[in-house]
Amino acid sequence: MTVTDDGAATASPVDPTPVTERTPSRGKLVLRRFLRRKSALFGLVVVVLLYAVAFSYPLFSPWDYAVPDYLAFLTPPDGSHWFGTTKIGEDVFAQVMRGLQKSLTIGLLVGLLSTSLAAVVGAVAGYFGGWVDRVLMWLVDLLLVLPSFLIIAVASPAFKGESWLIFVVLLAGFSWMITARIVRGMTLTLREREYVKAARFMGQSPLRVIAKHIVPNMASLLIIDATITVGAAVLAETGLSFFGFGVQPPDVSLGTLIASGTESAITYPWLFYFPAGFLVVFVLAVNLFGDGLRDALDPSAAGSRKREKKIDKGERA
Amino acid sequence: MTAADKPFDGPVLEVDDLRVSFPSEDGRVTAVRGLGYAVSPGEVLGIVGESGSGKSVSSLAVMGLLPDSARVTGSIRFQGRELLGLGDAELSRLRGRRVSMVFQDPLSALTPVYTVGDQIAEALLAHGRGRVSKQQAANRAVELLDLVGIPNARERAKAFPHEFSGGMRQRAVIAIAIANDPDLIIADEPTTALDVTVQAQVLEVLKTAQEVTGAGIVIITHDLGVVAGFADRLMVMYAGRAVETGQVDEVYTRPRMPYTLGLLGSIPRLDAAEKQPLVPIEGQPPSLTDLPPGCPFAPRCPMVVDACLTEEPPLSLVGAVGAGEEHRAACIRSADIAERDPAAAEVFGVATIGEPAIAAVPRAEREVVLSVEDLVKSFPVTKGTVFRRRVGEVRAVDGISFDIRAGETLGLVGESGCGKTTTLMEILGLDKLMGGRISVLGEPTDRLDKARRKAIRRDLQVVFQDPQASLDPRMPISDVLAEPMQVHGFSAARIAERVPALLDLVGLRREHGSRYPAEFSGGQRQRIGIARALALRPRLIVLDEPVSALDVSIQAGVINLLDELKAELGLSYLFVAHDLSVVRHIADRVAVMYLGKIVEIGEVDRVFAAPEHPYTQALLSAIPIPDPAKERVRERIILTGDLPSPADPPTGCRFHTRCFVYAAMPEDRRSVCVDTEPALNGSGDHSSACHFARSREVV
Repeated sequence: MTVTDDGAATASPVDPTPVTERTPSRGKLVLRRFLRRKSALFGLVVVVLLYAVAFSYPLFSPWDYAVPDYLAFLTPPDGSHWFGTTKIGEDVFAQVMRGLQKSLTIGLLVGLLSTSLAAVVGAVAGYFGGWVDRVLMWLVDLLLVLPSFLIIAVASPAFKGESWLIFVVLLAGFSWMITARIVRGMTLTLREREYVKAARFMGQSPLRVIAKHIVPNMASLLIIDATITVGAAVLAETGLSFFGFGVQPPDVSLGTLIASGTESAITYPWLFYFPAGFLVVFVLAVNLFGDGLRDALDPSAAGSRKREKKIDKGERA
Repeated sequence: MTAADKPFDGPVLEVDDLRVSFPSEDGRVTAVRGLGYAVSPGEVLGIVGESGSGKSVSSLAVMGLLPDSARVTGSIRFQGRELLGLGDAELSRLRGRRVSMVFQDPLSALTPVYTVGDQIAEALLAHGRGRVSKQQAANRAVELLDLVGIPNARERAKAFPHEFSGGMRQRAVIAIAIANDPDLIIADEPTTALDVTVQAQVLEVLKTAQEVTGAGIVIITHDLGVVAGFADRLMVMYAGRAVETGQVDEVYTRPRMPYTLGLLGSIPRLDAAEKQPLVPIEGQPPSLTDLPPGCPFAPRCPMVVDACLTEEPPLSLVGAVGAGEEHRAACIRSADIAERDPAAAEVFGVATIGEPAIAAVPRAEREVVLSVEDLVKSFPVTKGTVFRRRVGEVRAVDGISFDIRAGETLGLVGESGCGKTTTLMEILGLDKLMGGRISVLGEPTDRLDKARRKAIRRDLQVVFQDPQASLDPRMPISDVLAEPMQVHGFSAARIAERVPALLDLVGLRREHGSRYPAEFSGGQRQRIGIARALALRPRLIVLDEPVSALDVSIQAGVINLLDELKAELGLSYLFVAHDLSVVRHIADRVAVMYLGKIVEIGEVDRVFAAPEHPYTQALLSAIPIPDPAKERVRERIILTGDLPSPADPPTGCRFHTRCFVYAAMPEDRRSVCVDTEPALNGSGDHSSACHFARSREVV
């Protein structure tokens, strides 16, 4: 055989990586690239810490979120009530923690669910085309046209008294449509790429093609969409609470706390800024995590690559 | 007349010690490092080099079109006037009037929202405001379109760019370039994006443009074949410098720098009857951020000696021909080359590739790997948005038949739009057909169940044209190679064992498996595509223009690889291409397609030596031969017009609208071409579909 490896050898004279025993698969490679991003790890740690604090607060806080302290109405933060109290004497710290318990889960689950739904529906509609596409897009358009709050208002008696987790399903159910349309559009272009054709011609099943080639190539969009949805879901949930199911007083969520604290943001700032601050920290952490994940999945992102000299610079000139 | 308009004797353009650098994350990239050349009026200078050699950057510097971040030093004199340091406004007065440029991509060079005529008129009005009336400009635009060979110019001037084909657009761009009678035309890869037949037409138009304007032309290309018959002088560039300059004949016949030698050896030649291995120049051009001392070509050079690594050789005289014509090369071993005058294959140590064992068996006794009979595929043409109605159909493939036997390569050639790719997709689809039969390994595809179809997919693989698009950018190479094996149920252990073996097979390193496609060059990516196709040990590989997106020097490596794999693994190829010289090199048999029909088919040597169909003759004569002497005396058959719309193909012989034989015949003999469709007939393994088939030597 006269095939030489010169072509390969000169390709990267500056990066003599030692020969690894087995070439790592995509999953391992992505994980390795993700772990290399310090800020992404930081985001992950913050989310985990928020969870830990939210669920363990009764261990170190003397106050319960629902039991008012009749000796302290609207007191600013001090040694006893770390985040101050409300106008009926509830401890704001305990309330924020209690709210955080739900809002973290609601935010993350809604972000995940709505984006996954959008990815699946959009990619399936775009990839298969024909009547599948028409039916799914008709559904999307229908959901976009119908005012979601109206449907919820009509349907709310049926959900009365159900678990607050029904929120997650409702919120996710009404926030995926626009993304699904974008995903469908991208799928239409990706479908014609040669690597998708190549996968099809090697006998890969359609659903696998979607999972292996189409969705990963839209990862940037999906991750950004999911992180935005996380923040939006926490706030949107207050709107749903208005219809009288899910989080009801005296139970609280971060969303209801922010909503009720908004009016006193200037007079009694602790009522607003503490829950709002936690929301900001939460969303920020999710964003950092999402950025890291996106860069880990995207091979062209420079930050995740091992420090190596780029050799193709000259070629561009 | 202003001072600058005075006739100037001496070179139109003189470039001296030109240096261009750009800032980048890794430090300054020096794209051009001390380049000097001159172009006289009426002279054609060809600048040749691989992508990244700085050839385009140097001409953009002449035009003053580099971004502000570029640092340009040296001297660029246009008719004795220094251009470096001139402001944008002053340069704008020169650009388009005295110096004009033809870009590579004719689609993006024209504005889609204005008519072609308006865009040509705009070039006139921009520089002749006050002197030229709108009406005059519009009339002149029509004249110019006529000059560049657009039929029915008055009507076509009112058309928009999207209504023009690629070749017509490039003509329109040339019309704009010559509108103001410039003294210098810079053409940056003007034919790279075009089909071969159209390429010949465009070069012809450029020649006409030069005769009409008397301008000096700088033509930039990566293909030495293109400029052989067109350029007067040649400059070969490497890593931002000229490495060899001289008269065209001198450089082609007596190259004195190994790089030029390699470039010449890498071109598959139409006029080479017996198979010679091509010369690939392995590796990539060096990074231009911080070049090591010594000759920049040294890492890729087969003749490298220690002295090459210490100092970069200057461009020194290696021979003089005639009055003042110098032949220069930047190589310390040019004297050795002059003495031995070796062949490129010898210098680069390329071994001849053997024939597959099965080639010894007579063709008729070999197994039929693929057979296509009367394949038909048409697409409906619909109109209206609310009520869609069918107004006709495009018969992309209209009854073609061929077969491929074990260990054989069939080249399928034709212009874009002739139905080559549709044929491939029908074969690869393994689905129900509109008409005809396809059998892969003896199994007809229309009666396959799911399991059988999957089994056949294992033996039938594909390599695509565009190495950028054919690999999933988000998948590391090892996953790309593993995918087909996973689909076909290989065990994880077997996959892990086979992936490195595949990388070895196509000449890549094992550790490349953990990298992403974006980190590879085009040639390497195409190798990965080939490795993926080989993963399942197929019997037949379908190649859709696998080398047309690559530089010639890289292309040679990929073609050699395909040749070797075929010899070693006994593969059969269906090789689709529009470049006949590549087909001649790699194929055993060739089928020429025109508008959904095969017009000529047969053994490669017989078809190329004595083509019978006028279309094959025209295709063959359009391919440039990298030999200036041969190229100049060659009679070129230029096809008029573009491919007719397949929605409304001509009656009778589909080629008669562009046929030169038809055009030359008296009226009474023509009728048979218009009325009856010719059938394929011939003797032995060579048949053609023409009423007046007559073999003719065109190479």
